[in-house]
Formats: sequence, C-alpha cells, structure tokens
Amino acid sequence: MAQYAVLVYSPAPADPMDLTPDYVALLERYGDQVAELGGQILTGFALQPSTTATAIRGDVVTDGPFIEAKEVVAGFFILEAPDLDVALKIAKLNPATIDGGVEVRPLFQPPAE
Amino acid sequence: MLAATARVAGDLDVAEECVQDAYVAALAAWARDGVPDKPGAWLTATAKRKALDVLRREKVFRSKMPLLVEPAEAEMVEEPGGDPVPDDRLRLVFTCCHPALAREAQVALTLRLVCGVATGDIARAFLVTETTMAARVTRAKKKIAAARIPYRVPEAAELPERLDAVLTVIHLLFTAGHTAPTGADLVRADLVDRAVHLTRMLLALMPDEPEVRGLLALLLLTDARRATRTDAAGRLLVLEEQDRSRWDRAAMAEGNQLVLGAFRTGRVGRYALQAAIASLHAVAPSYAATDWPQVVRLYDELLKRWPSPVVALNRAVAVSMVDGPAAALAEVDALAADPHLAGYHYLPAIRADLLRRLDRPAEAADAYREALKLVDNDAERAFLTTRLTEVGATHRS
Repeated sequence: MAQYAVLVYSPAPADPMDLTPDYVALLERYGDQVAELGGQILTGFALQPSTTATAIRGDVVTDGPFIEAKEVVAGFFILEAPDLDVALKIAKLNPATIDGGVEVRPLFQPPAE
Repeated sequence: MLAATARVAGDLDVAEECVQDAYVAALAAWARDGVPDKPGAWLTATAKRKALDVLRREKVFRSKMPLLVEPAEAEMVEEPGGDPVPDDRLRLVFTCCHPALAREAQVALTLRLVCGVATGDIARAFLVTETTMAARVTRAKKKIAAARIPYRVPEAAELPERLDAVLTVIHLLFTAGHTAPTGADLVRADLVDRAVHLTRMLLALMPDEPEVRGLLALLLLTDARRATRTDAAGRLLVLEEQDRSRWDRAAMAEGNQLVLGAFRTGRVGRYALQAAIASLHAVAPSYAATDWPQVVRLYDELLKRWPSPVVALNRAVAVSMVDGPAAALAEVDALAADPHLAGYHYLPAIRADLLRRLDRPAEAADAYREALKLVDNDAERAFLTTRLTEVGATHRS
C-alpha cells in the first residue's frame, strides 16, 4: 500500500459551516466508498475558513492565506491505497471535485540508506 | 523484455539496468557456451532474475517497506489467467500514457521505453536538447515510482479517457517510423511495425471504438505504399511517381474495410477522417484521377475537428489539384506566417513544388534551398536536391 495526501480545494473562504446538506450527505457516504474501492483514510482534517489564516514570510506577518487564490485548501486527509489509479478513483468521488478540486500527492518516504 | 522486467522490478530504472546487465552477461555466457536456441527468452529470463535479485536485496535493506515486492508478485500470479490483453508492451504503453503524466512526457517515455528510441533521437524529434529530454524522461520515471502509477491496462470504464493519449502516442510513433526524422533510411520499419502491432492489440481491447479502427486503417493504408516510396537507389518518390500496382493490396483492403466500419458508427474523429483521405488515394487509379474534390471536403471536416496548421498545409496540396497551384500558393503563403510551421521543411518544399508548377523556377529554387536547410533525412534531402537541380536547369535554359 502507498500513502497519499489528498489536498481538498474549495471556493474561498471554504467555511465548513457553509456546507450544504447535500454536500454533507455525500461526505457521510464517502468513507464507505473509500473502503469499497480498496483504500483507507488514515486521518483527515477540515480547516477553518481561509479568512482565519495568518501568513508569515521572512519576519513579515500578514493576514490571509499564504497564496491568494479563488480556491483555497479546505482540508486534507491521508489516504492509503494500493496504487495511484485506486487513489485517483477514490479522490474523484470526493464531493469537493464538484465545485473545487483535489490534489493527490504521494507522501515522501526517505530513502532507506 | 524491458516491460517484462519492469513488471518484476516495479521500477523502470532498476528494470533498465537489469536489461543492460543481461546483455553484458550474454556476451560472456554466449562466447563461452554458444548462442542459446532462444536468445530473446534467455535475455528476458536473465533480466528478470537480476530484477528479482535486486528486489531480494532491497527487501533485506527495507524490511519495513516490502511495498515494492508485494504487487509485482501478485501480478505475476495473475498473469497466465484472466488478463484481457496479455501483452506487456500494451501495458507499458498505458503506463507511459497515464493521464497523471504530461503529454510530452507520455510520448517521450513511450518512445524510450516501449520502442527503445535513444534519448538523443527523441530530443531531436521534439527540437529540444538531449539534456532537456533526459531530464523530462527522468522526471516522468520518478513520478511513476513515487506516485506508484501501476503497470496495467486500465479497466474498461477507464479506457475511453486514456484512449486519446494512447492513440496520439501510437500515431506519433508511426510517424517517426514512416519518415525517420534523421538518418540514412527513409523508413524505420521496426517503429512502423510496432505501431501497427500496438494498434491491433488496442482494437482487440476496444473493438467498438471508431477512432481505434480509424487509426489502424490510417496506418495500414499509409504503410501499404512503403515499397514504392523510394526507388532502387533509395531516392524518394512522391505519391505522383509511385508505382500503384506495387501497393500492398491486402493492407489496403483491410484499411478500406476499417474506414467503412468507422464511418458506419456515425462517430467519426480525426483518425477516421485521415484514413478516409488515405483510402481515396489508395483506390484512385492514378494521381490525377484521384477524387480531389472529395479529398478537399474531408480535409475541411478534419480541420473542424483538428485545427492544425499541418492539416491546413496538406489541404492546400489537395486544393492545388482542384483549383490550381495559384490558389494553393496563396493558402500556403498565408500559413507561412504561422510560427508553428517555422522550421517545418514541408512548407517550403510544398511552396517550391507549387512555384515549379506555376513555372516560376527562380522562386522555386529559392524555396527548395530553404527546405534543404531544414531537412534532416538523407532520402528527403536527395529528393529536394534533385528537384532543385531540375528547376535550376529550366531556369538557365
């Protein structure tokens, strides 16, 4: 099994309290779908809206997320799947793909030697 | 051989090294014991054994990460049974054409790993430096390993979205073999045959896809002319000069059938349209007697689906047969402004031919000289040189 971070992007500011009942219903089904496809979510988090973010570059502290964009990271989870194809199939079913998108990134494994 | 080894190794770099090691081992063993009955099988078995050795070593090193070994063994067990297409090469093509890789990386990887084309040759075909191309290939291989892109033919439901990339890559592969970008020979038969074989495998996998039919038809109809594309001395013969009686009848008949099949589905794409044009050439009794108006109409359709300056340029040649070279020359001159065609030697070559037909030999000679500056294939260069000498002679007399 390989491990991937799945970064969830949603329209800014991506406030979890604004989620529609339809979206929440899809999310509730998601865990079962992941298992059905042969994957497992090891851990995952939703984030407070991007308006609550604080960015630091050098020693300058500013309000707002590090990168200004129409879509922001709304949350992330760690997915275990046999290969990228399974991971992508799982990621495709995430409701975030309806009005935003997800990014699948393999976790870095330091070389053994 | 690389594909079979890669399935065992689960890593392309390891597989490539094992294949090279196998060749080195063969040099020693065959010199000592003689060449075995099936040298190919010997090499594959040796490379696979070396890959297993590497894996075993890695397993000891990475006792906490037996990830690499697991899927490879599972796949090997599965192999003899239910796999729909038991062809390693097609599996490797689908891996190289994975949508998670950039299109140019897909093409480069396929040429390198499926067809064994040297990185330098791929770089030349893409007009980039060898270092750039090597970096691109390495990055793609790294992604395959790090993101765990699997070696497999996708399931039926995933096929359509992967198909376009695979068709494009096979078509480019065929094109690279049909007129080799560099070198002494016009045709690289190994690349052409591999492209045809891969398309046949693809058709077996997806019998209802009109574009697969279209591509196979296009390749067969184009390659049916192989024997007549050069004369005994290796000089290039244009379509007009080719001996039509020596075209491969069987390939043409199969190609024509496939075109009809693709059109009957009512879902006609760019490959079926290109094949239909090739089919009109195949059935025409002579160059002049080709159904040129129909060829122009098909090019119009093709341009709608695939607006490419190269298609527009080919259309101009057909226009010259319907409306005369002057009309075509205006279209070619308009295309010359397109930056995509800067450096494309067919543009000045076609311009030169139109000017020759318009009896403007001085301008034709200039255009031939311009084309010669851009061409890298010896057979094509010889052809253009001959034409240049001919118009030069007319000019002087």
